[in-house]
Amino acid sequence: MKSHLLRPVYVVLGIIAAILIFRMLYVPKDFGVHERGYMYGWYRKGNEQEWKAVSIKYMTTEYCKDCHADKISMITKTPHAVIPCENCHGPAREHPSDPPKLSIDKSRNQCLRCHYPLPYPTSGRANIRGIDPEKHNPDIECAMCHNPHKPGLGG
Amino acid sequence: MVHGEIWTLKELFVTPNEYIYWSIQIVMYPFMTGLVAGAFVLSSLYHVFGVKQLKEMARFALVFSFALLFAAPMPIILHLQHPLRGINVIMTSHFTSAIAAFGIVFFSYGAIVASELWFLYRKHFVEIALPLKEKQDKNLLEWMKYLVFCALTLGVYDISEESLKKDEKAIKVLAGVGIPVACFLHGYAGFIFGSVKANALWMTPLMPVIFIMSAIVSGIALCMLTYIATMEIRKFLASRRKAQSPFYQSKEEIKSVEINVIKMTAKYLLLFMIFAISLELLDLIFRGYTAVKSWDVLRSVIYGKDFASIFILQYGIGNLLPFILFLLPNLTLRRAVIGVLLVLFGVFMMRWNVVIGGQAFSLTFAGYMHYQLPIIPHDWETFKEGLGGAVGIFVMPFVLFWLISKIFPVFSNTESH
Amino acid sequence: MFSRREFLKNTIKGAAGLALPLTALELITPEMILALKQDSAKTRWVFLIDTYKCVGCGFCVKACKTENEIPYDANVTRTWVERYVVTKDGRLYADSPKGARDGFTTNKIDLGLGNYKDIKKEEINKAFFVPKLCNQCENPPCVQVCPVGATYQTADGVVLVDRKWCIGCGYCIMACPYGVRFFHPVYNTAEKCNFCYHRISKGMKTACVEACPFGARKIGNIKDPNDPVTVTILTERVSVLKSEYGTKPQVYYIGLSEEVR
Repeated sequence: MKSHLLRPVYVVLGIIAAILIFRMLYVPKDFGVHERGYMYGWYRKGNEQEWKAVSIKYMTTEYCKDCHADKISMITKTPHAVIPCENCHGPAREHPSDPPKLSIDKSRNQCLRCHYPLPYPTSGRANIRGIDPEKHNPDIECAMCHNPHKPGLGG
Repeated sequence: MVHGEIWTLKELFVTPNEYIYWSIQIVMYPFMTGLVAGAFVLSSLYHVFGVKQLKEMARFALVFSFALLFAAPMPIILHLQHPLRGINVIMTSHFTSAIAAFGIVFFSYGAIVASELWFLYRKHFVEIALPLKEKQDKNLLEWMKYLVFCALTLGVYDISEESLKKDEKAIKVLAGVGIPVACFLHGYAGFIFGSVKANALWMTPLMPVIFIMSAIVSGIALCMLTYIATMEIRKFLASRRKAQSPFYQSKEEIKSVEINVIKMTAKYLLLFMIFAISLELLDLIFRGYTAVKSWDVLRSVIYGKDFASIFILQYGIGNLLPFILFLLPNLTLRRAVIGVLLVLFGVFMMRWNVVIGGQAFSLTFAGYMHYQLPIIPHDWETFKEGLGGAVGIFVMPFVLFWLISKIFPVFSNTESH
Repeated sequence: MFSRREFLKNTIKGAAGLALPLTALELITPEMILALKQDSAKTRWVFLIDTYKCVGCGFCVKACKTENEIPYDANVTRTWVERYVVTKDGRLYADSPKGARDGFTTNKIDLGLGNYKDIKKEEINKAFFVPKLCNQCENPPCVQVCPVGATYQTADGVVLVDRKWCIGCGYCIMACPYGVRFFHPVYNTAEKCNFCYHRISKGMKTACVEACPFGARKIGNIKDPNDPVTVTILTERVSVLKSEYGTKPQVYYIGLSEEVR
C-alpha cells in the first residue's frame, strides 16, 4: 500500500506549480538581472525608457536666445546675467506653440530669494546686496522701480 | 497631503522628506507574526519535547496559530500604498531584501502548520465524510459538507491503528521542523528592522533574537488568554448540561484541569520573558556604554521623549507587574488573566517603541518627529492606518479561530454526545 | 530581451546565491578596483556641489519640482537646500522650510511646531547653505532592500524607481541614510531624485544645474577624464555625506563642514 504521508507534499507541490505558471504569465518579459547584477540590477528593463520619455520643461537660455536676443543682450551686461530666463519666466516647454504665453513671476519673494540680506560669512549670500522687505516700499512690486533685466533704479 | 504628513509633527531640524512612514500597521505586523510564531512554539513543546502537561494546550495552540497565520499578512496589506501589487513580492522576489523572504517563509510555514493539522485531524475528517457518503438523500448543506470534508481527506480513508501511528510520527517531525521555521518567520521580521543601517535605533544584530523571544512571550500569553476564555464558555455550557445529564464533565472537573494547564504554561511564559528582557536591557546598556555618534539623540528619545512609553508602559506595566503577578504563590485564574493581558500589552508597547521610536528622531540627529495616531478616521487612509485598522487586525484572528474551529474542533469532548 | 526560461534561471541563480551576496566573501584586490573603473559602461553620472557658491535662493528646488512633476505645494521634494547657522555659543541651528522651494527670505530659523529663532548678525560664527539631492550611491541601500525589484541602478549609475512595479512598502525610504526618498503624492509610489534622467540621457544638464545662477551645482561623468567635474573631484579636496554607511555616495561637496548632517 502506498503511504498516505506524502499527500500534503503533493498538495504543496501543486500550489507551487500553480504559482510558477501564474508567474510566467504575470511578470513582464524584460524583467530580470541587468548590468548591475542581482543586488542592484534586478528590474524591468522597459522602465528605463519610461523615465527617458518624461517631457522636458526647462529648455534653458539657449532655447530663448534666437527670438529674444534683444532681452538677452540687455541682461548680459548686468549682474543678473547669471540668472537663467526660465527662473522668472517659467519653464518654456514648447513655447511659443505650447504655452503661447509664459507667466512671469514678479512677486517680491522672487527677488528676496537673493536680496533678503543674510550676512552669512563663508556663504556667497553675504556678497549680495539686500533690502529689508518690511521697510523698503513694502506694498509694491520690485519691478515698479527696478527693471530685472537692467537692475538699478530707473532702468 | 503627503503620505505620513497627517500624523507627523516635526520639531527642530528634520529634513523635508522625513515623515513617520511606518505607522501603526507596521507595529501590528511584528506583533501579529510574533503571536503566530509563539503559538506554534508552544504547541511544539508538547509534540517535540513531550512536555505532557501542555497536551491540552498544544492542539489548541496549533489551531490558533493557523488562524493567526491568515491574519499576519493583513497589516502589511493595509500598510502598502499599492496593496494589489503585494503579489509582486512572490512574483519577482528580490532576496537581498528582508521583506522578500516573506513570501517563501510564510508559505513554507503555512504548509507545515497545515500539514501538521491535516495529520492531527485526518481521522476526524474521515469520520465525518464516510457516514455522509453512505447517506442516500443528502440535502444541499450535507452535500456541501460532504464535498468539503471529502476534499480535506485528500483521498485517504485509511484510519487503521497502524496508519494513525505514522501520523503521530509525521506530526512530531513537522513540529520539529516547524520550530526553526517559526523562529525564522519572526526572526526575519526582526531582521527587517535590525538590518536598516540608516536607522540608529533599529540597527543591532540582537534585533531578530529580541523579536523571537518577545514573540514567544506574546504567543504564549495569547494562547493562555484564549484558552481561559474558551474554558469559561465550556464551563458555562457544562453547568447547563449537567443539570440535564450527569454524564457530562462537571464545572469543577474542567476548572481543575484548566488551572493546572495555566500554571504549567505560565512557567514557560516567565522563562521566555526573562530571556526577552535580558536581551533588551543588554542592548540598551551596550548602546549607552559604547555611546557612538547617534547616542546623544537616542538618549534624548529613550530617557526623554519616550520615557513614559518605554519605562512605565513597556517595562513597568507590561513586564514587571505581570512578572510579580505570576510569581506570587497560588496563582488564580483571575490573576492569570490580568497577567497575560499586561504581558500582551507590554509586547505591543515594545513593538511600538521600536517601530515608532525608531522614527522619533531625524536622520540629522538634530530633530524629532512626533507620532499622532489617527483615532477618528476621516478617510480610508486614516482608518486603515489608525486606531480602527489596528483594532480590526487584532480582532481578526479571533474571528478566524472561531471559523476554523468549525473544521478543526479544538476540544475533543465538545463533539462527543 | 529576456526569455521566460532565462528569467526563471536568473531568479534561481539569484535565490541560490545572492541572499548572501557572494561578493561579500571575496577579497577586494586593486585589480578589481581597476576593473571596476574600466568596466564596459562609458558613463557614470556624478554630482559636484560647491557650498561656498550656494546663496540659498532655492531656484533649484523650484525648477526641480516643476521639471519632475512633483506637486508644487506638497511638502516633499527631490532636492532641497539646508541652512546651517552656528552661533558664538557653539549651538547649531538648521532648517529647510518647504525644502527652500521659496528660498530663505527671513533670518528666523524654523524650529518646527510653530517656533522660530531670530538670530542676530553679531551672534553668528559661521553660516552657510547646503543643497541636497540623491547621492546615486555606488552601493545603494535603498535598492538592496526593495523586495520586488522596483528600484534599481542603471548601467550609468543612476537609481530609478519603477512606478508600475512599486508596491509602496516604504522600506527603501527607511533604508536611505540621506532622507531623499518619499511617497509621490499622486502615484503613491516611492519617489526620488534621478539626476533628471530624461535630460541627462539626451545630453542636457539637470533642471537644478540649469536653474542655479551661481554654478553651485554641477553634473558630470566620472568616466570622462576631461570632464571638468571629474577634474575637480580627482584633483581638489572634496568630501561626501555620511561615508560611514558604506554606501559610496556619488554627490561630492566642496566646503562641507562637520556640522552638516
